[in-house]
Formats: sequence, structure tokens, C-alpha cells
Amino acid sequence: MADQPVAPHTVISTGGEPYLVGSHCSACGETHLGAFENCPACTARGQMDEVRLSNQGTLYNYTIVYRSLPGVTVPFISAVVDLDGGGTIRGNLLEVEPDPSKIAFDMPVKVVFRSAADAVAGGEGYLAHFFVPAN
Amino acid sequence: MSNDVYIVGIDMIKFGRFENEKAERLAAQATLMALDDCGLGIRDIQAIWAGSCNATMMGQRMLHYIGQTGVPVVNVTNACATGATAFREAWIAIKAGLYDTCLAVGAEKMGKGMLVPKNSQGTAIPTEGLLGSGVMPSVFAKMGMEHTRKHGTTFEQFARVSEKNHRHSTLNPKAMYQRETPLAMVMESEMIAYPLTKLMCSVNVDGAAAAVLMSEKKAKQSGLINRAVKVRASALASDPFTARNLVMQDVNTVTRLAAQNAYEMAELGPEDVNLIELHDCFATAEICHYENLGLCAEGEGGAYLDSGATQLGGQQPVNVSGGLLSKGHPLGATGIANIYEISQHLRGEAGARQVEGAKIGLTHVVGLGSACAVHLLEKA
Ligand SMILES: [Zn+2]
Repeated sequence: MADQPVAPHTVISTGGEPYLVGSHCSACGETHLGAFENCPACTARGQMDEVRLSNQGTLYNYTIVYRSLPGVTVPFISAVVDLDGGGTIRGNLLEVEPDPSKIAFDMPVKVVFRSAADAVAGGEGYLAHFFVPAN
Repeated sequence: MSNDVYIVGIDMIKFGRFENEKAERLAAQATLMALDDCGLGIRDIQAIWAGSCNATMMGQRMLHYIGQTGVPVVNVTNACATGATAFREAWIAIKAGLYDTCLAVGAEKMGKGMLVPKNSQGTAIPTEGLLGSGVMPSVFAKMGMEHTRKHGTTFEQFARVSEKNHRHSTLNPKAMYQRETPLAMVMESEMIAYPLTKLMCSVNVDGAAAAVLMSEKKAKQSGLINRAVKVRASALASDPFTARNLVMQDVNTVTRLAAQNAYEMAELGPEDVNLIELHDCFATAEICHYENLGLCAEGEGGAYLDSGATQLGGQQPVNVSGGLLSKGHPLGATGIANIYEISQHLRGEAGARQVEGAKIGLTHVVGLGSACAVHLLEKA
């Protein structure tokens, strides 16, 4: 059986391809990560459309985590990425040295889906999103 | 007669770790101390708001230790703004004319180590370290990094916040830690989440604080007005929508909203404030809050700290109690403990750390989720 998505905002297409879903508000134009019935930005009711979010974005913010819970591999980069076309998402940034001098704000990144076991103990059988440098 | 509300009695226990105590017993201690501060007894209290994040029915259980008078008790929880929210509800009740004398108390028994948010995202397995990090040090590390991104604020500047507040704490016998930490020591201590080292994180401690609030009429009748502290403004805000708030908690905007409401209510501006106790749960937050509270211009937070304005003896001392970084941060108690600190200065009773001539003080707490409370207090 294929790995199951960890988060509800990850969907696997009928072809087996994982992608991120969001909600687009037709009243205010804001795009939110995940499913919403009503808009937290403008309060519009029932005007949210489910949209497929981009797998390309830029690094808005990050921290390098050195101390975490048992079972979590440290250090890791906790990143906040603005997706092209709307939506912001948090995840681990991989394939970059965990050193502030090696991490640039606004660097282009790509969303990839990998086994959760790559980051945490007990992650076998689950699929998570990660970021890698786009270049 | 105005419908202004005054603090007539207020106190806090020395924060620390009390292995065998319960929150309600700590609350009882603080309540008796606050009552002693104004010479009243529990029978004088007409209603109670009791704040705690971890305890349940704490207010009623507290009364089991000091006297069950049958008054209305409301238990309050509002993250790190819990104590300040309890205080504000007592203020509202007096303002509304329902009561003359109310008690607000906050207490917390904390666990050890990092606070981990509950799994509220509906995920299949825990996501800490898997989908980035949501523990408190990471949230506030990112708050600092956003400031770095926008304004170039450095690791060293953030570390100077801890150097300053820890220096202040040496003058506060009620702080958990009263230890000076030179800048190099702060920067070289264990890195938790860049740019936060261990000495830039507040400590989980147990504690309690309580305040007796009174109507102006009653305070005058009771002869308690002379040492009283006037509540010039009480503002509470929840997090308005901002673009990344749902994945990167934004405590800046909610603070700005509460601060703006408080300044408007008091008809005061940031320039009128003589001292501030703000929510330095992590060192990064303090520099951001200088700007959020309007103490300095946008982007000038780091420079404002460097100027010395916010240290004791400076133009606008911030966290002369030692702040949460030194005093400790027992969630439910913190908001009232901050009000205690400001009250001591306004009364001229702050001892070695007294801010001379203090007339107006500001308290600020902000809890993730989010809730922000700002109070403006004035010497009566
Ligand atoms: Zn909308």
C-alpha cells in the first residue's frame, strides 16, 4: 500500500501523484492552505473553492531547530514558504546546510513529497511534504 | 464620581518550582498577600476571576483554603494572556457597576521543558520536526528571523535583550533567577532554535499573583485611594487575519491592535509611558514589541535597545523586573505579575529597581492562539 499523507492538505491524485490543496475565496481573493468553508480573511460565507496549490515557492522565513522532542532528527530547518500563486505552508527545508549563512530569504524552493520516516521516528507508512532548493 | 477602577491591593509570590504545591494553594497565598496589601479580608471580595491554563475550577478550590464565601467565581483561560484577562474581567464588572470590590488571581503549576502545542491539525501522526516546528522556541525564533529579514536585526542584538533583563533581575528578589549573564555567555549558551539560545528563553516556573480591584467611590470611602493605582485602559484583542498567521503565528499584529485600543481609551500615547513590562517570553519578542507598542519607529527596535533607552536609568525602561526571561513565566500568573511590577513603581515602592518619577506604566502579555492584553496604569 502506498504511503498515506500525514496532513489533510496533502491529496493523492488518482494517478498517484501527491499535491497540496488550498481554498480560494472568491469574495476577497485570498488563498488559504487546506480546506475552509468560510473565509478567515474576509468572513465571506460559503465562497471558498478548493484549489490545487503550486509546488513552487520562495522561502519567507525559517529557524534552525537544535533541540526538539525525542525521536526528531536535529538539527533541521523549519521553513515557511510562500507558494507561487498563493498559500503559505510550513515544513522542513532539506538539502541545505543548517547554517544561517547558507540560507537566503526569498530563495526559490520546490515542494517534494517523501516518507515521513526520513525526519521522525515512527514515520514509516506516511508521506509528508518537504522543501528543497529549486535550483 | 467617575466610574474609574483602581488597584488597591496587589502582590505576587516569588516565582520558583514548588514540587508539592497545587495551583490553587499558590493562588491562595497570592490572594492573601494581595488582601494584606490593602488590609482587606476575603469577605470583602464580591466576585472573583481566577486564571490558570492547567488547573480546573481553581478559583473555587482556592477558596477552600481561605474561606468559602459563596461569591461568584469565574475561571479563566486565555493562554499567556490568562492572568491579564482575569484582571480585565474584574475591571469590566466594576466598570459596569455590578460590584465595588473584586479579585483577580492567576496561578500556574508548570511542567518541565518545552511547551508542545496539542495536535490540533488533524494529522495522522505528530508533526513536530516533520512539518517544520511549532514549539514555542521555534515560533519566537521565526518572529525574530522575520525582523531580521525586514530590518537586518542581528543575533547579537537579540542576545542583548537577555543581557539587559537578566541584569535587571539582580534587583528583583521575587524573580526565579537573579543572575547577571554577560553577552558572551548568552550567545554561547546552548542553541535551541536559531537565533535563540537557552539563555534567551523564559523558564517554566510555578507562580501566582493576585490583585484587588475597587471602584473609585469605594476606594475613597475605604481610605484606600492614596496607595491606589488607576486603570487608565484595559484592552484585549484576538488575532486579526494576516497573510501567514495560520502557519506562522503573528503576535505582532494582535499586539498592535491591543496597544492602539489601549492608547485610545486612555487618551495617551507611547511617549507618555514611563516604564513597560512586556511579554519577553523569548528575547526576540522584546525587540519586535518595542515597535508593536509604538515605543520606537518601525524597524528601529534593535537600535532602540542599543541606545540604552530600555534599560533601568534609560528613557523608557522595559522589564526592570527581569522580565519573563528571569522572573519565569507561570502562564496564568504572568499577566497579573506584570501589573504588580508596574504598580510597585507607580507607588514608589519598587526598592532598588525603582524607576524614578514613574507616573504611567504599560503592561503587555500575548498568548499564542492568539490573545493580547495591554493595560495602561497611572499613579492615583
Ligand atoms: Zn475572503
